[in-house]
Amino acid sequence: MTSLTATRLRRPSGWHLVLIPLALVMATPLLWMLLTSVSSLEDTRRFPPGLPSSLHFENFSTAWTQEPFGHWLLNSAIVSVSCVLSNLVICSLAGYAFARIRFIGRGVLFVLLLATLMVPFQVLMIPTLLIVKHLGLVDTLPALIAPNLATAFGVYLLRQFFVSLPVELEEAAVIDGAGRLRILFSILLPLMGPPLVTLGVMTFLWTWNDFLWPLVVTSSPEVMTVQLGLASFQSGHFTNWPVLMAGTLLSQLPVLVLFLLGQRYFVSSIATSGIK
Amino acid sequence: MTVVSPGTSLSRRRLLPGSSGSGGRRPRNRATADQLAGWGFVAPSVLLIGLFGLIPVIWSFVISFQRNDLQTPAEWVGLKNYRQLADDPVFAESIRHTVVYTALFVPITLVASLLVAAALNRRIRGISIYRLAVFIPVVTSTVATGVIFTWLLDPDYGLVNAGLNKVGLPSQGFFSAPNQALFTVVGMTTWGWIGFGALIYLAALQAVPSDLLEAAQLDGCTKAGAFWRIQVPLMRPVSGFLLVWLTINALQLFDEVFVTTKGGPLHSTTVVVYYLYQQAFQFFHAGYAAAMACLLFVAIAVITLVQMRLTREEASG
Repeated sequence: MTSLTATRLRRPSGWHLVLIPLALVMATPLLWMLLTSVSSLEDTRRFPPGLPSSLHFENFSTAWTQEPFGHWLLNSAIVSVSCVLSNLVICSLAGYAFARIRFIGRGVLFVLLLATLMVPFQVLMIPTLLIVKHLGLVDTLPALIAPNLATAFGVYLLRQFFVSLPVELEEAAVIDGAGRLRILFSILLPLMGPPLVTLGVMTFLWTWNDFLWPLVVTSSPEVMTVQLGLASFQSGHFTNWPVLMAGTLLSQLPVLVLFLLGQRYFVSSIATSGIK
Repeated sequence: MTVVSPGTSLSRRRLLPGSSGSGGRRPRNRATADQLAGWGFVAPSVLLIGLFGLIPVIWSFVISFQRNDLQTPAEWVGLKNYRQLADDPVFAESIRHTVVYTALFVPITLVASLLVAAALNRRIRGISIYRLAVFIPVVTSTVATGVIFTWLLDPDYGLVNAGLNKVGLPSQGFFSAPNQALFTVVGMTTWGWIGFGALIYLAALQAVPSDLLEAAQLDGCTKAGAFWRIQVPLMRPVSGFLLVWLTINALQLFDEVFVTTKGGPLHSTTVVVYYLYQQAFQFFHAGYAAAMACLLFVAIAVITLVQMRLTREEASG
């Protein structure tokens, strides 16, 4: 058995011949971004292009100082982290109630909630802008946060998780007269790791990479998220590719670092929730 | 609350903790407490999702019957927006572009994802690096994707044209050529979505019981035969989900077009949502845009239902 595995490992699989070109094709855009971000402007004005003649890390400081990239990253972080935290709390409460507590109107509310999952954002966009206008929040960070504080997806995901838990876990606490909040937070919370990670990862990805809503509701550079900043940066620097690629890399860095650190969680989250 | 005789574990399970069945302690208080707790717990989500997910749907429908510029008071115009849409050549064109885009993007991405997942589903050295290369585009934002591809496909200095020249092919215009731009968008978005599809397929492939494949191979089935005749049919629900999900997203294409071509050149990449955005936020024809959004909603709902029906029937038949 061991010798069999050993020979199998020693003989390189023919699949490498398929996988190496595949991986190269898939990785080329991001590798080219990386290479261009340390090239000089002259390097990008040569055809055919080649490897950078020398490394130019000053592209990053140029991007950072010419445009408020630090500020945009901070805005994105504020928006994403707020939405993640609030989704974790609010959707846990609702998911638990829909799964375990009997109250009048539960069925109707849950069906309505599920129905909103079907609605494309373009349908919501115009009235949501008017609502945000009424609230006096246009062109502010709260306008970016408010519509994503709770999501029907999150409520549904956590409700399915609570339904799958055995009721017996809670019974003793109920007989002892423990309140619902205590049951949720002291007994069930320790078991909720995987679904909370999934919800957190998906909410973070969605809010960090979101473009259309920030585009609609913000206009001043001080409240832009990094995606919107990058798009406006692009229209201003479309000929300076090294600086633009440095900016693009900066805008993706937090997500890329998180992905490399927690690839396992990202992959399982996306596989279970099926949302990009 | 209805009285159910307690005792059997079955009825207790159905009653859920805290209902009058469990222990019979202060039943009425518990029931009232449950009403309060239930409503209290769902209140934040219901209010937020109601405000930002439900009311806007109805409102959008209302706006579609108005002349609305997002500033001055709206004016009721009946079916005028819808009638105008029917005669709008740009809208017809945007539908055509969206249909062409979807008809290319969805099957290409679906099949490519399946093949890539099959290639990635093996235990060989370096497989985690291959998987990383395929999965990273999943977390890359649509804006970054658009910016990177604009550079990669630059007609004068782009890497792809250099590669084409190297193998003796002429340089292409890509995003700047009216007859290529839409297909270029298809290629770019396929790059962005293959990792997602492959990730879902890979998880499904790994869930197929291995004894099933071993049994098939004992019966003389080749590995490729087992893949197409056992694994692929077993993954039909996953394929159905991906089909629906890719289609919904294809019909809503916007970000990548905004970043790369702004609907051009010569309207050649003006898809429905891009036109909708222009009408609402550049020309301030919000009523007209809302009518478009309502039609899009209906189209997506119908296509989704048809696809779900078809994939389910195939699966059972």
